[in-house]
Amino acid sequence: MLADGAAQKTLPRDVIRGLQNILGASMVLHRPEDLLLYEYDGSVEKGRPGAVVFPTTTQDVARVMRLAAQDDIPIIGRGAGTGLSGGALARTGGIMIVFARMNRILELDLENQRAVVQPGVVNYELTRAVEHAGLYFAPDPSSWKSCTIGGNVSENAGGPHTLAYGVTSNHVTALELVSPDGEICRVGSRHGDSVGYDLAGLFVGSEGTLALVTEITVKLLRKPESVKTLLAIFDRVDDASETVAEITARAIIPAACEMLDGWTLRAVEDFIHAGFPMDSAAVLLIELEGLAEVAAAQAAAVEEVCGEHHAREVRVARDEQERELLWKGRKNAFGALGRIAPSNYVLDGVIPRSKIPQALRRIQEIGERYNFKIGNIFHAGDGNLHPIVLFDPRDEGQYQRAIEASAEIIRYCVEIGGALTGEHGVGMEKSELMPLLFSDDDFELMRRIHDAFNPRSALNPGKIFPLNKGCGEITPRAQAAVRAVPL
Amino acid sequence: MSTTTTNIAARLESVIGAARVNGRSESCAKFAVDDVVPSAIARPTSSAEVVEIVRFAKSEKLALIPCGRRTKLGIGMPPARYDIALDMTGLNQIAYYDPGDLTLSVDAGMNLSELGDALAQQKQFIPLAIPFFDECTVGGTIASNIGSSLRTGYGSARDLLLGAEFVNGAGTFTKSGGRVVKNVTGYDLHKLLIGSLGTLGAITRLNFRTFPLPEGYGHLVSTFSSVDSIVGFQAMVSKSPLTPSSFDILGPEAAQTVAEFKDNRDSALPSWFMSGEWHVCVGFEGAETILRRYSSELVQYAQKCGASNYHLLEESDDKALGGALRELVNLLSWSGPAATIFKINTLPGFTPDVPALSALAVRFSIPFYIFANSSGPLYFALQPNDLNDKTISALAQIASGVFEYAAAHNGSASILFGPTPLKRVVNIWGPARNDAALMRRVKNAFDPENVFAPGRFVAGI
Repeated sequence: MLADGAAQKTLPRDVIRGLQNILGASMVLHRPEDLLLYEYDGSVEKGRPGAVVFPTTTQDVARVMRLAAQDDIPIIGRGAGTGLSGGALARTGGIMIVFARMNRILELDLENQRAVVQPGVVNYELTRAVEHAGLYFAPDPSSWKSCTIGGNVSENAGGPHTLAYGVTSNHVTALELVSPDGEICRVGSRHGDSVGYDLAGLFVGSEGTLALVTEITVKLLRKPESVKTLLAIFDRVDDASETVAEITARAIIPAACEMLDGWTLRAVEDFIHAGFPMDSAAVLLIELEGLAEVAAAQAAAVEEVCGEHHAREVRVARDEQERELLWKGRKNAFGALGRIAPSNYVLDGVIPRSKIPQALRRIQEIGERYNFKIGNIFHAGDGNLHPIVLFDPRDEGQYQRAIEASAEIIRYCVEIGGALTGEHGVGMEKSELMPLLFSDDDFELMRRIHDAFNPRSALNPGKIFPLNKGCGEITPRAQAAVRAVPL
Repeated sequence: MSTTTTNIAARLESVIGAARVNGRSESCAKFAVDDVVPSAIARPTSSAEVVEIVRFAKSEKLALIPCGRRTKLGIGMPPARYDIALDMTGLNQIAYYDPGDLTLSVDAGMNLSELGDALAQQKQFIPLAIPFFDECTVGGTIASNIGSSLRTGYGSARDLLLGAEFVNGAGTFTKSGGRVVKNVTGYDLHKLLIGSLGTLGAITRLNFRTFPLPEGYGHLVSTFSSVDSIVGFQAMVSKSPLTPSSFDILGPEAAQTVAEFKDNRDSALPSWFMSGEWHVCVGFEGAETILRRYSSELVQYAQKCGASNYHLLEESDDKALGGALRELVNLLSWSGPAATIFKINTLPGFTPDVPALSALAVRFSIPFYIFANSSGPLYFALQPNDLNDKTISALAQIASGVFEYAAAHNGSASILFGPTPLKRVVNIWGPARNDAALMRRVKNAFDPENVFAPGRFVAGI
């Protein structure tokens, strides 16, 4: 884990005064005790900013950027801080721009199924604002009730229902951006098609390293006529994972297909009481959507596959309340695990779906070898694994072994044709693993793109790129001490 | 053959071997882009050879245009320079296909319809129903980002592409994305390649998600005498639980062209065609019960919205109509010596204001066609009888009108296909854009020495 001496440094007084002049004193935090909260996100990493500011307009953001540019001070954008890869941490100190006060829905164009929002709008709030018209915003990360759409855009966030509907980038059609020099620009279009390169496609998922996003135009989807939610219960993990592979192979595309292994679901059940069977080895939470006829036919096909793979039981949620309870169990699972171990490390590897059974066996074998309990609760339908390594951060040896075990799992994902991260982003957590996937030539092109928009590495330095293949002058020094977030 | 030509071809031969190079002028003429003829054609068979060719071009300060079967090379501005045609059809294999994972990795030069045949053996397909389907390559499909009539149901290329491998202007082999269906590792550079017309690099391989072939197909063709009624019908369908796979709106002239498309059919006009009417063709898919439900509800909606007639198509007619709708842009791009097709991106794509476009053509007595896809662009095609100065002047004035129309509707427009003399007087990409500087930065990062297709793209790129 890495941090930088600069992270501990306070910003010069005149910079703080400059920020206060732009935003007002109450919108600038700079005392160490106020900054503490902002040195964390949802990952196990840490990095303290020199100041935290809360702009309310795009112009505010541009002014802060210009001020920072004068003194080469790093800028880090942040939504709700729920990210899981250290993307919203001030790795090398600097000014953190928190978008909490840019939280207005600017326009709802229900006829054309578009919404224009500020980056601080909470994901779920957008769906709430449009559900009366039968519409919703599709990306639904587990943190959807607290995470912001700006953060979703930066990380290209996913969620259980991205299996059928795609990740954030599939739902963003236009962006307003502020460059590190404080210039404001728009890319994309409300339609989605525009003349020229797909710049919106480039900026979504660029983890705040190319520009800061100050306005987002998104697509809204129409709610399906029918939703069928199934809970399939298995006595063997292999049976559950082979069921997932078979559902994909039969080309049934559920709206969501989630897996919880027995150990994880027991932890969840103790906490949430979602109705998961305590004695099973694994469950699949499968949702089929669409026209009533389509959902019913697919549900029948899924039940058949589950039966063929020895499911002990397939339960169908009888009403919305039962459905919500099952989902509550899934979406709060990570919180539930906090009751078991002081800290956990959530991986985000992706693999071809045909290889889920062998991958789960390998993960278990790695866990045994390193002497860790590794839970699995993940988006099985799109092969997006979330192995959770539980450890005690106060034991430095344990932490190091947790990191090593995790790296071995990720290496295996890549080996069988997968990738490092499906939805959490690279951030500072996985940057050193990037060479598993990318060559020096790949990094060189990515670096040229980075430098084309962020030439001084002013924006979110120390992210995505491994430190020895990084951009410009970011050279955070390695830190010996190990720190992790206690849950 | 000029000395330069001989030189370029001969020097290329020394880099990748004579078998991969063709400098004959009659061959080069076939690779002309807007009347600019290259001096040599290089046909690599591996990405390593593509690297060699790009490095050669870079060191010799020559310009390359990558191409497949050249069906859409007419898209873009005339090249500022063009020395070597980089014929990618030598890279034409399926590199990896995991039907169980619904993912595919394919060489850019593979023929799209051949790929379709290979996927059909596993009862799968890639939902890109694009014009020139039978001839074109996978790489050209992505580089041109030409519209697919299945976009309503399946999204556009950017929703289907998982990753890419390509050789950039620095002459290095690079990749972006991956082969898995969900991936946020690194910048999404492959998205930039979509619609880049070969200005960022030579695409060597593309990764897609595949989809199950539907159990059955259906099509409702309904006819309307008023544009307002179509807008109402479109809104009603979009607010219903139905999710059609395609939704094509055809002006009377475009409907006639589709009706006259002879593929798979005898010479009589199909029974669904009503002369002088607007036609709306809604495609849908699924099992028998689902097709029945679509049929009955769509008919109800059409009737409620004042359709003057409707037809549910039998399977063979459905196939013929699907093919004709897919190829409409192709048919109209070859329809005359000065055929011109505008692509207009506004939201909503089809508005009651659409006839304002026809006034532009009527003023010059030029035959025209209007058609749209519910979630894609609106197309406005013109078919002047002759190619002369008067025609070009008329087309240029119409172009200004179209660009103004798009701006007034908060959108953008470009000329998809048009005669070269028109491109000499009109920037086909429309008025200057405020994101032009950002686009140039992308171009410089990918292709710092301007090796790839200089002058063909937006903002002089």
